[in-house]
Amino acid sequence: MVKITLVEPGGKQIIVDAKEGGSLMQAAVAAGVTGIVAECGGSMMCATCHVYVNEDDLEKLPKKSEGEDEMLDSTASIRKENSRLSCQIKIGPELEGLKVYLPESQY
Amino acid sequence: MIEGPVVIIGTGQAGFQTAASLRIEGFEGDIFMFGDEPGLPYQRPPLSKAFFKDGSADRLLFRNQDFFEKNSINIKDNCSVKSIDRQKKQVLLDDGDTISYEHLVLATGTRNRALPIAGSDLKNVLALRTLYDANHIRKTAKAGQRVIMIGGGFIGLELASVLREFGCEVTVIEAEKRPMARAVSEQISTYFVDAHTKSGIKIHCNSMVSKVLGEAEAEGVKLSDGTEIGADLVFICAGVVPNSEIASEAGLETSNGILVDDLLLTNDPFISAIGDCASFVHKSSGTLVRLESVQNAADQAKCIAKRLTGTPKTYEAVPWFWSDQGGKKLQIAGLTGSADKLICHSDDENGKISVFAFENGQFVGVEAVNMAKNYVISRKILETGKPVMLSDFEASDFDLMEILKKIS
Ligand SMILES: Cc1cc2nc3c(=O)[nH]c(=O)nc-3n(C[C@H](O)[C@H](O)[C@H](O)COP(=O)(O)OP(=O)(O)OC[C@H]3O[C@@H](n4cnc5c(N)ncnc54)[C@H](O)[C@@H]3O)c2cc1C
Ligand code: FES
Repeated sequence: MVKITLVEPGGKQIIVDAKEGGSLMQAAVAAGVTGIVAECGGSMMCATCHVYVNEDDLEKLPKKSEGEDEMLDSTASIRKENSRLSCQIKIGPELEGLKVYLPESQY
Repeated sequence: MIEGPVVIIGTGQAGFQTAASLRIEGFEGDIFMFGDEPGLPYQRPPLSKAFFKDGSADRLLFRNQDFFEKNSINIKDNCSVKSIDRQKKQVLLDDGDTISYEHLVLATGTRNRALPIAGSDLKNVLALRTLYDANHIRKTAKAGQRVIMIGGGFIGLELASVLREFGCEVTVIEAEKRPMARAVSEQISTYFVDAHTKSGIKIHCNSMVSKVLGEAEAEGVKLSDGTEIGADLVFICAGVVPNSEIASEAGLETSNGILVDDLLLTNDPFISAIGDCASFVHKSSGTLVRLESVQNAADQAKCIAKRLTGTPKTYEAVPWFWSDQGGKKLQIAGLTGSADKLICHSDDENGKISVFAFENGQFVGVEAVNMAKNYVISRKILETGKPVMLSDFEASDFDLMEILKKIS
């Protein structure tokens, strides 16, 4: 299990135990985090699993694919430099302690 | 806002989303869900994609048990609703219980079409709709087997590419002159035929299967021109039929599905129908459609949750859909079936293609492979609801961002 912190727009922190091999989106959904909607179930179709990655943690993540990059243009909340789709973030031991911020809205 | 109870028949994508959205919208009454499959609501799309390799059923669940408890959503699995008594506003369950509703939501989905051909009931003739089916396929299929898919629609082709990757010899038999003929443009069909052929899948079009060969186990198929093809496994992927019998038996109108108006109500004001089982007139094209997609099931569920909690709105969401085949992602926005003009942009070297669809000069949708940007921006253009013409595309040299900025 890998510990990941999700911070709601109001500042509330939720710590989830994420299964290695799954995605951050799956871990958040399993933990009942309502700020991740994930309408398409991780198929990179809906951009309702948008998160902002803590700046200091960005280098822990592999680069985003071209498809993810293009999908990020359709997020409901504003896209920033540190925007990612949580369904495309695969959980591995190197992500222990990762912190991400949830956007104001997902659709 | 109604007081409840709201009763939902079917615990698939549409049923699940209805319950979840009712709570999001602040509905405090009772919610009862009945589904004839075992277990909690799960997602079907991965069944013909990642699930074959990964086999992790947990990852398919929309939400875990906790969510249903916390949100006071009463869900009963392995339970089939037998009939609807519209006078008493009750449903009858298979265990003899009756449950009263203030509002009833039919989210019964579809089932696979059975083929009226000899041998289709032999062992080793499989189909895919449910998690049960998908587990059965995982246990049965072995690398090196010869596999025949009867039907080259989305599910047939997705499964074909997954099994090919796994090491099976795959042949697809399609009755129409090209696969996915009813769903996508000719250019996209051609693109995928080429890609699948390159990966070693054989595709026969204009071919009908007249018989599944074999005594106890399927050993192959016979085509109507007499050709026989040997097989160790045969899949029937010949489309679906809506589960609308329970509605028609209760006197609700049906027409290739349970007929609903633009608020998604049946001809009984206390009964709605949504998702794969519902047919409705699509707002911008004016045609009667029954859509089989995650988008349609989820958006229709949200639409009725809003209505039941006091903010009725007509259903107008822009359809979107995807299919993953052999590492290639097809993304569709809008309805392209009625198009009278198609404009194709492709980058053959990188395996990218987009087909823009127009009807009477107006933009109606896009089909894009490995070009997410064209899908995303097109969807946004369609969601503005403003008419955009072919001439606008030409004037901007198909710069979709520029078009979007101009109209929003
Ligand atoms: C293999 C596969 C791959 C797919 N891939 C994609 C994809 O890539 N993209 C996409 O957008 N869509 C895809 N789809 C389609 C998508 O899954 C469906 O559109 C969606 O599941 C529809 O949801 P629904 O709730 O309307 O119906 P369903 O999910 O079919 O749920 C209906 C449920 O109601 C139950 N039921 C029926 N009658 C009764 C009764 N009388 N009593 C109790 N229960 C009853 C059924 O058994 C079923 O469990 C795929 C479907 C399949 C099967
Ligand atoms: S869950 Fe839909 S894009 Fe991530």
